[in-house]
Amino acid sequence: MQLTGAQALIKSLEQQGVEVVFGLPGGAILPVYDPLIDSSIRHILVRHEQGAGHMAEGYALATGRPGVAMVTSGPGATNIVTPIGNAHMDSTPLVVITGQVASGSIGTDAFQECDITGITMGITKHNFLVKSAQEIPRAVAAAFHLATTGRPGPVLIDVPKDVTQSMMDWWYPSTIEEYDLPGYRPEVPLDEDAIARAVALISQAERPVLYVGGGTLKSRASAELLAFAERTRMPVVTTLMARGAFPDSHDQHLGMPGMHGMYSAVTAIQKSDLLISLGARFDDRVTGKIPAFAAGAKVIHVDIDKAEFNKVRHADVAIQSNVASALLALDAASAMPKNLDAWWSQIRDWQQRYPLVYEEPSTDGLLRPQHVIQAIAAKAAPGTIVASGVGQHQMWASQYWKFEEPGTWVNSGGAGTMGFGVPSAIGAKVGRPDRTVWCIDGDGCFQMTAQELVTARAEGIPIKVAILNNAYLGMVRQWQEMFYDERYSEVYLSADLPDYVKWAEAMGCVGLRATNLKEMHDVIEEANKINDVPVVIDFRTDSSEKVFPMVAAGASNDDIMVHPLQRGASK
Amino acid sequence: MTATPEPYLGVVDHTPVRHHILSVLVENKAGVLARIAGLFARRGFNIYSLAVAPAESGARFSRVTIVVDAESTPLEQIVGQLDKLVNVVAISDISPKDALERELLLATVKTDVDNRTSLLDIIANAGAAIVDVDAKSVTVMLAGTPGGCDELERALESFAQVELHRTGRVALPRLGKTASA
Repeated sequence: MQLTGAQALIKSLEQQGVEVVFGLPGGAILPVYDPLIDSSIRHILVRHEQGAGHMAEGYALATGRPGVAMVTSGPGATNIVTPIGNAHMDSTPLVVITGQVASGSIGTDAFQECDITGITMGITKHNFLVKSAQEIPRAVAAAFHLATTGRPGPVLIDVPKDVTQSMMDWWYPSTIEEYDLPGYRPEVPLDEDAIARAVALISQAERPVLYVGGGTLKSRASAELLAFAERTRMPVVTTLMARGAFPDSHDQHLGMPGMHGMYSAVTAIQKSDLLISLGARFDDRVTGKIPAFAAGAKVIHVDIDKAEFNKVRHADVAIQSNVASALLALDAASAMPKNLDAWWSQIRDWQQRYPLVYEEPSTDGLLRPQHVIQAIAAKAAPGTIVASGVGQHQMWASQYWKFEEPGTWVNSGGAGTMGFGVPSAIGAKVGRPDRTVWCIDGDGCFQMTAQELVTARAEGIPIKVAILNNAYLGMVRQWQEMFYDERYSEVYLSADLPDYVKWAEAMGCVGLRATNLKEMHDVIEEANKINDVPVVIDFRTDSSEKVFPMVAAGASNDDIMVHPLQRGASK
Repeated sequence: MTATPEPYLGVVDHTPVRHHILSVLVENKAGVLARIAGLFARRGFNIYSLAVAPAESGARFSRVTIVVDAESTPLEQIVGQLDKLVNVVAISDISPKDALERELLLATVKTDVDNRTSLLDIIANAGAAIVDVDAKSVTVMLAGTPGGCDELERALESFAQVELHRTGRVALPRLGKTASA
């Protein structure tokens, strides 16, 4: 069967089971948009290519399936660089297709030409410049294989216009050998010796902690984690990238560690004698000052990516494996720590003394952002998915929302990409239309990507957006207050400019506002009744609120700052 | 090049210990060298020398011999990151003491009747060869150990040099020794 390269590209995506592509057409990708009309694949037309990338990420994080985005060459391609970088930092499976100028024009500074494979070399797992139509099926199949196996990540396929316009004989690779990836071996056999050494270390442990990272979600290991944790009674912490991997309601769960982690989670790690890292990478936001991080602990490091071993922290035992297989092997070997009663009573004491707190909301003043999140959560349908931007609101969402299952927390971790919230929430809702999707956003983040609410309205994607509007770039303001003598430099945004309600309405959404407690409860109730169009709520919050606990950048986790209400109490 | 020469320590016929030799088999595809160079640049790994050529299996693969500074970054980290490049097929780490290393040096130097004899002596002692000659200059070639090339380079310093090129080393494990993958 003879097809054009463009037809072959769309047919290849269909072969991969792609149900939705987020994108925006342009000159170089034009040929591919023609056969899309006849395809079963749904296309979501975004208003900016960055939106397409973040939607694909939100889709991937909520469903566990790879997100797909398609854009044109030049500025279309450079506009999606931020989502690609974001997905690379968070190991999110993404396939991004970019149009390219015709092969003969490459290197001539042609209109809308840019070297996107060169630009994204360092922020993709791999990328391809496809040189003939006949090679398109192989490139697509290989891209999906690379994006979803081993340590997942973004893969980019750059397709010159003449390649999509020329003819090919249809074929599709049926075996991995045909992908032609001789250097790619994502899984290695489990090292039984390493498992045995891990079991021996565990048997000596009196103060172990399961340090659960995003790799646990990526390897779909939540059930294995629950079984292992319950059998061994070890305390569990889940990093920002792993929220939802272990139920927040579980009494062995201490919450999130790190810069804004729970006191008990941070301190349990510091005092532990054994840290079992499950798909985590000892990020600086978790470790604080590295030499002072869990200084008395041995480390068992489980990761699919061997380059993570000894990168930041020495691993006493390194197990190169997906998290699920490693946990099953440890279970099979009956890994068991010593009696943990004393450890648990110590932890319970920390939990009791330093829970999350914030000042009592006043009935007439500005809202407490933490309270807004709790009020939304209290009325949210079970299984609600929460997306967020980056900053204070993100930390509060992670702290105060109770995540019970994988795929319910969609956020930008490693890259810290402001503006991630709205488009990623849209992508999550496309992937899980049965779920309620709330975006907990900041006013700064919202202004970066809000135009995608036009996409949401046009495509019938009814997400709910809560803007915690404190009129500031809040996290930067917090640092300036605490570490720069309250010298506020370029962080004020104004609560009234733009008018978020009018803006929402202009984009075809319902716009609501809450300035006091009564209005807060009313608008949440109203938003929950709307299921056909997107809703945006402007919550006016107190700009003086800061995120606690906090470990200052570069400080030791031993120097964790608790909320002012808790200070003075002995540690 | 007017840098102060290092004190002469005699013939070093293998790589100093802080340098490690990675023999990397890669797919012979466009941009592979850029991927390797980019990885080293963005992760702050230092390359001491690098040589690339098609490998034994024909046009499909190339062999890249990279001499890395294993003191500034642990070798495990360099190998781990390098191995993640999809086009990298195999990496062997050849320990300096087990390495059979060779390098090619080409140099054009000016010469006249007064110093021609001493130049010919130097060439003969080094086991080098004359590959081109005209009335005023000679082009010398040495295929030898990196130490031998260092030695010849120093010996040629007393002659007015037109140009001197070195290829960077290639290496194989000595017979009976194996590289660690």
